[in-house]
Amino acid sequence: MKKNNSWILKGGRIIDPANHIDRTGDLWIREGRIVEPDSFDPALAETVNLRGLVVAPGLIDMHVHLRQPGNTDAETIRTGTMAAAAGGFTSIVAMPNTSPCADTAGTIQYIKDFAAREGVVKVLPSGALSVGRKGEEMSPVGSLKAAGVVALTDDGCCIQNNELMRHVVEYAGNFGLPVLEHCEDKFLAGDGVMHEGYWSVLLGMKAMPAAAEEVIVARDIIISRLASWKIHIQHVSSAQSVKMIRAAQADGVRISAEATPHHIALTDVEIKKFDTNYKMNPPLRSEEDRMAVIEGLQDGTIAVIATDHAPHTQTAKLVEFDHAPFGIIGLETAVPVTLTELYHKNYLSLSQVISKFTVGPASILGIDAGTLSVGAAADVTIIDPDCEYIVDVNDFYSKSRNTPFNGYAAKGRTMATFVDGVCIFSLLKESEPEDEESK
Amino acid sequence: MDFQWTKKDLLDLYDLSRDEILHILNTAEEFKKVSQRNVKKVPALRGRTVVNLFVEPSTRTRVSFELAEQRLSADIINMNADVSSFRKGETLLDTLKNIQALQADIVVMRHQATGAPNFLARELNMGVVNAGDGAHSHPTQALLDIFTIREKKGRIEGLNVVIVGDILHSRVARSNVWGLLKLGANVTFAGPATLVPREFEKIGVRVCHNLKDALADADVVNLLRIQLERQQRGYFPSLGEYSRFFGIHPETLRYIKRDALIMHPGPINRGVEIDSAVADGPQSVILEQVTNGLAVRMAVLFLVAGCLK
Repeated sequence: MKKNNSWILKGGRIIDPANHIDRTGDLWIREGRIVEPDSFDPALAETVNLRGLVVAPGLIDMHVHLRQPGNTDAETIRTGTMAAAAGGFTSIVAMPNTSPCADTAGTIQYIKDFAAREGVVKVLPSGALSVGRKGEEMSPVGSLKAAGVVALTDDGCCIQNNELMRHVVEYAGNFGLPVLEHCEDKFLAGDGVMHEGYWSVLLGMKAMPAAAEEVIVARDIIISRLASWKIHIQHVSSAQSVKMIRAAQADGVRISAEATPHHIALTDVEIKKFDTNYKMNPPLRSEEDRMAVIEGLQDGTIAVIATDHAPHTQTAKLVEFDHAPFGIIGLETAVPVTLTELYHKNYLSLSQVISKFTVGPASILGIDAGTLSVGAAADVTIIDPDCEYIVDVNDFYSKSRNTPFNGYAAKGRTMATFVDGVCIFSLLKESEPEDEESK
Repeated sequence: MDFQWTKKDLLDLYDLSRDEILHILNTAEEFKKVSQRNVKKVPALRGRTVVNLFVEPSTRTRVSFELAEQRLSADIINMNADVSSFRKGETLLDTLKNIQALQADIVVMRHQATGAPNFLARELNMGVVNAGDGAHSHPTQALLDIFTIREKKGRIEGLNVVIVGDILHSRVARSNVWGLLKLGANVTFAGPATLVPREFEKIGVRVCHNLKDALADADVVNLLRIQLERQQRGYFPSLGEYSRFFGIHPETLRYIKRDALIMHPGPINRGVEIDSAVADGPQSVILEQVTNGLAVRMAVLFLVAGCLK
């Protein structure tokens, strides 16, 4: 099949938060780039009628575990990027907790080579902050940058030594790499498997207090100021964390934050089902925490929604709750869940939701993506904000099935995804008759 | 009695209605009479196979279940974490599916992981009887505690029941609380702030960090075993200090009701949470709890077996 990369996307609602655009019209794509309408002969492009649908910049997920190299029974770069495409994501940041850990230029090169061959969306590797993510010595930051990482993170682990953290943040700043932080005080978190609160107390489950996150958020605010460099707080889940980040931002500290769809949609009451598809780290927290995260998204304290897509095999997950690994997949449910929970419940406008997936992450990462500006790469996501459907894990492209959203009644769905002008995923009907009146 | 038991599993008292709890207690009364006869065996579970799977070690609960099964004439298989397939890396679910394939009827399981029996009950057709999971639930212990209280006091409703000790890590407290609240008792949890979370107030429990205040109106005092491991994790400074502020001593008896029951799920640490003079004294019903445990477990196995295909 010939890969067409020139399109006229007609009559959709174009929402481009980076350019403050929200209007109905046509988007013209020529040879993989966004161009001015009427700038070339329409006969050279394929025309699609998108009336009633939203045309958004290709979504960016800055928190994805692709599991390759090392854990390809749960996910591969191929299946993970296919899941991304089906979810509407055109760029994804790959976390470095692979096996081996992505803490050398060689491993980054492997990921890039594999992604170039097998990936269907753009894979942006991140490198480890510390060697082996052990929190003991600094990783080869400069070499990682030269190899092409877009950020540094020990995601899943957290440097406990404040002096090392200070130095690695300063040094990362030297190379212009944002630091993405999984905030967790190891001692306070202990061997907890869920949020410490009403439900952990009733269930007798080993628990980690929100303070385990908050102590490190506070530490990172202080270190960010000291090191004069930006730290991005991953998967913010607690009310106090949101409050501290808000105050620090007002105070000029270069701290940013992301929230996950599951922390937006769910709380720790779910744990009483003893279903390991509700086990992740940070854990689902209280309703008060959930609402604080939503408020953080509303006032801009939290600029990003990221999935923390964490595939695990059924074998790994179908065990006692204590013994199951942390993490759930999220690429294919992020759009439906956030549109249902944020847009349709009137917490955020459509443009705001889209900004959290586009200009938000792009500006933190400093990457050239997330807009529909003329001249930009034609990474485009088509969304039907009102499509009602039931999420079914059997439809997923991900190799794993560990989601709490199977059977979820969603309103809002990714309909098509374009990377560099090539349509890599589509639920649109093949030959939509052209509507002359819409002109 | 009109009440019809319909559950193939006993996982937690949280899941049971007031009527279901009362039905188990009433059934246990009948089985207690069996144990007082010369011939202590009934054919209720003849032809049924019960597997005792104690992934976490246990002596008293295991012996009590085993004897209950024998007195009901069941066939019994005993497994533990050491000798079973766990050592070879088989998952818990696979192990149980193999046992189920052998047409076993009921598994009695103790496991250190909270919710493990709930997980298995969902995946298996066999009956699952929880013999204690993590800090979550120990329904037969709670039922035997409540049985003993009802036998001694003639009622549960309106009684002041104080549970003292390491509530945070106690499945006994977590199961007792649901049964007691459903039957109308007033429940107090007492002990140091590090081990008695305030969150329990949200379900109507009085939380008290001063023992004397806690015990003032107590009709029942249920003491929990304090584990040395908790001190090592920094929950309190020493067993000596714990005993001084939260243990029950002969002097304690002077300021509590003369007819208050002293209970303990065992095994007891003499001189730590309870002094010998109290454990062996006239208010103690600790050994009667053990006797009643047998009757309660017979009742539970009998009822669960009646709901299997």
